[in-house]
Amino acid sequence: MDLSMKILIVDDFATMRRIMKNTLKQIGLTNVIEADDGTTALKELESSKVDLIISDWNMPKMTGIELLKAVRGSSQLKDTPFLMVTAEAQKQNVLEAVQAGVSNYVVKPFTPEAISEKLKKIFG
Amino acid sequence: MFGLRMLGRDCGIKLRKDGFEQGGGMVDVNLVNPFINATLNVLGTMASVKTEAGKPYLKKDNVARGDVTGVIGITGEANGTISVTFDEGSILKIVSNMFGEEMRELNDEVEDAVGELTNMISGQARMELEEKGKLFHAAIPSVITGKNHKIVHITKGPQIAIPFTTEGGSFTIEVCLDN
Repeated sequence: MDLSMKILIVDDFATMRRIMKNTLKQIGLTNVIEADDGTTALKELESSKVDLIISDWNMPKMTGIELLKAVRGSSQLKDTPFLMVTAEAQKQNVLEAVQAGVSNYVVKPFTPEAISEKLKKIFG
Repeated sequence: MFGLRMLGRDCGIKLRKDGFEQGGGMVDVNLVNPFINATLNVLGTMASVKTEAGKPYLKKDNVARGDVTGVIGITGEANGTISVTFDEGSILKIVSNMFGEEMRELNDEVEDAVGELTNMISGQARMELEEKGKLFHAAIPSVITGKNHKIVHITKGPQIAIPFTTEGGSFTIEVCLDN
């Protein structure tokens, strides 16, 4: 895993973006940008090359699953690893995310170890 | 008919049967216990805070027991609202632990954290409920602050309050479902 990779954190709650940034820092990942929902995330993705998207599911305007579908439907972004980190833990949600092409899925609450383990699975 | 026997089975709460019958409604404890378990799990994992559950009771008024409250509406097997209301001491300790730095006042960051905590508690509880065959959907949470603010549960079900104590203070979960 390249520790200099650029990561986009997408969450409408500033708290969770902050906690995720702290978590990633503990893992050694500090190249992080943020967006507060799917629409602002897409704008960020248009303007800069991102190596990993970490997104919440429930957000106003554009949800995480809508963002995932938009990313997978884009010829430029379709191969970008996408980690869904969400309180939505029901089977139907996981299934929908998998069908939409999510790279991995973490249910909140999470520990740094859980995030690290998922990233290792994504990046080998 | 009595549907409360199992309340607290997973967290050691003992419940007097008559405590809930006074409220004029029967509550399925299988709907309430997952919220207790979820709260303990979320606060333990995200904030390393030890919590102790007190005795559940039926709440008769609309005044919040805390200074900041996260409210989330749920629909599905039953319809209603879940709220988690924290006093200042408890939430400052919880958020300080979550952020790894001391929080000294109820500000926007703390309110934001309450919304996220409520969201996580709702998600965890709904996951446990799904395992029991009860499917629920939740809305994005709202946060209310202020001394003695009111929490009005529109649903006409009984308001079950579950008090908790932490090292910083206390908080209460309210579950109000129409089923």
